[in-house]
Amino acid sequence: MKQFFTSIAKWSWFVLLVLVAFGYMASGLSDSSERRRRVDSPAKETSLATPAAAIDAAEVEITDAPVAVESGSLAAVIDAVNSAREDHLAELGLVSAEPADWLTVCRRMSLALVGSGVSLEEVRGLENLPPQRRESAHLKNLLRDPRFHGYWAERWARYIVGADEGPFIVYRRRRFRHWLTDQLAANRPYDRIVTDLITAEGLWTDRPEVNFLTVTFDSNDGSPDPIRLAARTSRAFLGLRIDCLQCHNDFLGNVNLGDAGKIREGTQADFHQLAAFYSSAKTNGLQGVRTGEAEYMYQYLDETEEVEVTPAVPYAVELLPEQGDARRRLATWVTHPDNRQFSRAAVSRFWALMFGRSATEAVDNLPLDEPLPPMLEPLVDDFQKHRDIRRTIEIIARSDAFRVASRATFDVTPQHEEQYAVFPLTRLRAEQVAGSIVQASKIKSITRDSSFLVQLIRYGSINDFLERYGDLGENEFSKDGITIPQRLLMLNGDMLREAGELNPVLNATGHINLFARDNPQAVNTLFLCLLNRYPSDEERQYFVDSINECDDRGQALEDLYWTLANSTEFTWNH
Amino acid sequence: MHDNQLLCDPHAHLSRRTLLGAGGAMLSTIANQLAWADATGVTDKSRPKNVILLWLEGGPSQLETFDPHPGTPYGGEVQAIKTTTSDLMIADTLPLTAERMHLGSVVRSVTSKEGDHQRAIYNIKSGYRPDPTLVHPSIGSILCHEFPESLDIPRHISITPLTYPARGGYFGPVFDAFKIGDPQNPVPDLESPVAEGRFGRRMKDLRWLEERFRAGRLRDMDINKTLHKASTDAALKMMSSEQVSAFDVTNESKSTRKKFGDTPFGRGCLAATRLITAGVRCVEVTLGGWDSHVTNHSLQAGRCEILDAALSALLDRLLEQDLLETTLVVCGGEFGRTPRINPAEGRDHWPHGFSTFLAGCGIRKGGVYGATAADPKLDPDKPLDDVGDPITIGDLHATILSSLGVQYDREEQTPIGRPLRLSEGEPVVGLLAG
Repeated sequence: MKQFFTSIAKWSWFVLLVLVAFGYMASGLSDSSERRRRVDSPAKETSLATPAAAIDAAEVEITDAPVAVESGSLAAVIDAVNSAREDHLAELGLVSAEPADWLTVCRRMSLALVGSGVSLEEVRGLENLPPQRRESAHLKNLLRDPRFHGYWAERWARYIVGADEGPFIVYRRRRFRHWLTDQLAANRPYDRIVTDLITAEGLWTDRPEVNFLTVTFDSNDGSPDPIRLAARTSRAFLGLRIDCLQCHNDFLGNVNLGDAGKIREGTQADFHQLAAFYSSAKTNGLQGVRTGEAEYMYQYLDETEEVEVTPAVPYAVELLPEQGDARRRLATWVTHPDNRQFSRAAVSRFWALMFGRSATEAVDNLPLDEPLPPMLEPLVDDFQKHRDIRRTIEIIARSDAFRVASRATFDVTPQHEEQYAVFPLTRLRAEQVAGSIVQASKIKSITRDSSFLVQLIRYGSINDFLERYGDLGENEFSKDGITIPQRLLMLNGDMLREAGELNPVLNATGHINLFARDNPQAVNTLFLCLLNRYPSDEERQYFVDSINECDDRGQALEDLYWTLANSTEFTWNH
Repeated sequence: MHDNQLLCDPHAHLSRRTLLGAGGAMLSTIANQLAWADATGVTDKSRPKNVILLWLEGGPSQLETFDPHPGTPYGGEVQAIKTTTSDLMIADTLPLTAERMHLGSVVRSVTSKEGDHQRAIYNIKSGYRPDPTLVHPSIGSILCHEFPESLDIPRHISITPLTYPARGGYFGPVFDAFKIGDPQNPVPDLESPVAEGRFGRRMKDLRWLEERFRAGRLRDMDINKTLHKASTDAALKMMSSEQVSAFDVTNESKSTRKKFGDTPFGRGCLAATRLITAGVRCVEVTLGGWDSHVTNHSLQAGRCEILDAALSALLDRLLEQDLLETTLVVCGGEFGRTPRINPAEGRDHWPHGFSTFLAGCGIRKGGVYGATAADPKLDPDKPLDDVGDPITIGDLHATILSSLGVQYDREEQTPIGRPLRLSEGEPVVGLLAG
């Protein structure tokens, strides 16, 4: 009797395991929104034959409520951004392209916020909503997604502390990135995050924000380096490149400082007076960085001896508190609500992260006397009031500039791209390509809740790929095209081969081969996984014919995965 | 209080407003470079100049290599041996190299201001100190940029690179070194993982898809922006090129391979000679493991054993093949090591007077430049008091570029609109022959 029950228990476990495995493999291939999709998409399909493949729409939280609290005022800002764009295009005599379809817009959001394309699971969930609610629902989900917090933390770390490993022991980049992740998850106002960085105190392990200072230890004998910190503060938080002033006065009008109406050429003193604020950061043994007196000596060009330099700011002097610790005074001045340059720099940076390219010539070079592109000005106004990172992201993501198509019925010129009359084609960064390849190989979204094995594979694959593909480092918004080694890696590399091979447990191609009812559905599903869109009728027919001509359907699906992943459409944002 | 770390040359500026076109020039440069890779025929009939950089990463000790001071308080366990250059003695860790010192010059007085590995590597490889606003090109990138030519395989190669392989910098990633591992293994990603017929079908489908993506988008998108077709064609050409065999050292006889040493570095040096013969302009071969904070002597001696075999065989081979006159060999690391031996019997980082060996391509034969004191005062405020005829990293770079026929002081337009000299130093006349 005992043996009988043991046997029953074993078989029950076995059946349960099979069901779970089956459900996992088939998930995402469901078509519960079949009726709606027939209306919305050119694809004409019938539902998959496997009931177990049905995805519970409730798994993907979908709402269309705006992310920011003040939806009314948000709409007004978006209108202002759109009006500025329209007026500017009209002034230039340019016509705008039509808006892109919702899937394309959602792909752009995913690439910008989590560094990979949209998962099939997400697409299926969004298809359950009415078309007009899909973009806002996806945006809301992404902004709450831990992947967004981690991904933006890495992007921020690059412009705040750089991409290098930094000095050994006293600099913990990983801790610093996790701290940024926490700040983004809590949606802390940007000015408070920046204040914490400038005024950081303590040990780099205990207070991760201190790593903003300790990353400069190697060039100043184990103490915070005021020169590097001044250059970094100026570029990262104020969008001003004043590095040249370290060595000499500006004499060619490249660095203009001073206040409106009194713009002047920058001087060497401007740089070193700014650096002097950071001389109050002292290293105090096991206590880490502590605040002391600002003491800064420097020998200016053509002078014969060092002089004491008093902390001072290069414009808007009236915003600088007269009393207090030097770094606290600097932080107050940098983040002061009336210091518009701080908001200009932040908005420009977030814009560049959303589009993958700077709205100006360089994201860290926004001269005080030069205006930003008109559509950024309402964003700057709004940021000055709210300092809300997610709110700014939402305004950008819902703007016409972000939602416009990258192709048009007219002849598209570089000027159309520069002025956002069409969405500018932007090359994906290495980690976006890698993230998209890995995500496209799975039916479900890869998140922190994914199985350990899946996360391990993702981590290992991406690291290997980045090493081979090359990382742009701090040069995040480079406009370079693809190189030969990168093409070789895409054509023949292990990562793409492993992601696309017919693995029935781990890979989308394996699942599709097992569960797609027919070849048109298989082609549709692979297009969704990789390019986040349905194929055109012509494309579907072409690739269905390719599959039909091949003796081995699984091999043909692997080939289709490879072809789509090697396309410009996959490796560029569009 | 601080080093006067110059981030720029005050005389190398033009107005921002006059330079707005600089960024646009970059893509056309890349397109041209890819076009070169796709073209046929060689343009320059004169013998082109090449460079092989034997990169000793971690900080080789000058005292255990080219600048020993045996019998002094800081000399350590090393002994000095005679070389083929009169009055020049080097460490007994490099006996084979000692027999070939007449082929080049040793510089014993290189100085820099960077004592951190990462920053110092950047400094030596690019000739400039790290600058947050700009990435400077390395020597090989400058050479390839200066002399565009046709070749199926990349003209700038880094073998067994560690933390910082040579980069194209502001010339663009198309000038980055092509990275490979131990040459006894196949070059990665050159072979398609599927059969030829299947690969052909994949390519056909890809071209079909690409045509449809281009429709309605930016005019001349592929030529002016994505470079997808050009880079794919160049990659395919490399995959099918016979020149790829230059990477394969297994074609060489056993005795030749043995001479270079049965190590990745030795095989890298052998591959470097084959690649130079095939038309590659710059090969960087890395030998790591020189960071001897602990048990300095045994660690340095172990590394030198590998270096000695490879360097001597490399010089012999270049000489045999009449390539030394046109190929510059540079052997050195990011800094040297402290004269003072620490309690762990190690030596720490020392940028104030370290050694680099140069040979071939117009470098003076049998030369010695600069010196370090056998009994240094080690005054922390005046470290250069212990160095005779110190030369800066900028000067070393200018010397290298000059020997390679590159106008070292020419200004290049950088993407941030700042014209910048290829090298901020001046050639050291004493290192150049004639």
